[in-house]
Amino acid sequence: MIDTLIDITLLAFLTITAIAIIRINNLFVIIMLFGIFSLHSAGLFVVMDAADVAFTEAAVGAGIATVLMLGTLALTREHEEKKVAHRTRLPLLVVLITTIALVYGTYDIPSFGDPAAPAQQHVKPRYIDHSIEETGVANTVTAVLASYRGYDTLGEVTVIFTAGIGVMLLIGGRLLRRNRREDDE
Amino acid sequence: MIFSVAAFAILVTISLALARAFLGPTLYDRILAVNMVGTKTVLLIAVFAVLSGRTDMIDIALMYALINFIGVVAVLKLVEQGNFHTSGED
Repeated sequence: MIDTLIDITLLAFLTITAIAIIRINNLFVIIMLFGIFSLHSAGLFVVMDAADVAFTEAAVGAGIATVLMLGTLALTREHEEKKVAHRTRLPLLVVLITTIALVYGTYDIPSFGDPAAPAQQHVKPRYIDHSIEETGVANTVTAVLASYRGYDTLGEVTVIFTAGIGVMLLIGGRLLRRNRREDDE
Repeated sequence: MIFSVAAFAILVTISLALARAFLGPTLYDRILAVNMVGTKTVLLIAVFAVLSGRTDMIDIALMYALINFIGVVAVLKLVEQGNFHTSGED
């Protein structure tokens, strides 16, 4: 019972936060609300028993993404520019139709945690039955990420590393030069 | 039973902190509200871990506490100095 209550309340908080993010145009406040948003979704992931996803959401969503967005904010201005008012009827219609199609689509999705779902039938039985003898890793999720999909994970890490270097070259270099010029003057 | 009541009380507290984050009025109210929501999420996960009998989730609650702390320090550093690249000692 309390599971359902926590689920519904956290989802309601998510919706309220999302609407507030749309309404507010102070970027600093929006970043704060993004932090709250990702804490709520991390809580939801924990309730849904996806501890590893919750871990990532808290570390990346609430931790690093907030700091990165604040770093970006330090280089730009604090207020969103006022947009020119335009007609919203057609976009609203498109969004409504898409929503109805998506909700209709959910009726065919197997229910949460259903062991007969296609996603549970494909390679998962093999992971559960043989991952310990094949990889020697006790945790199945870790075995999949670090052993079965080891090259995939290595590639992801490489991409993130390259992106980090690129950003540091683009932004960090300019700041360093500006600081040096200020020192000279 | 007592844990269900505790979980409910934490949810009420989160909604109060959310209201403060939306209403402001100053920057520090909002920063404090985010910190509050983070702390309550830590508590909620801890209570939920006991409720559902998966006590290994308490580790996750601990990590949330750490991330929450680092996030708030980063925010305050930015508010104080306006950037991240100076040391702040001058």
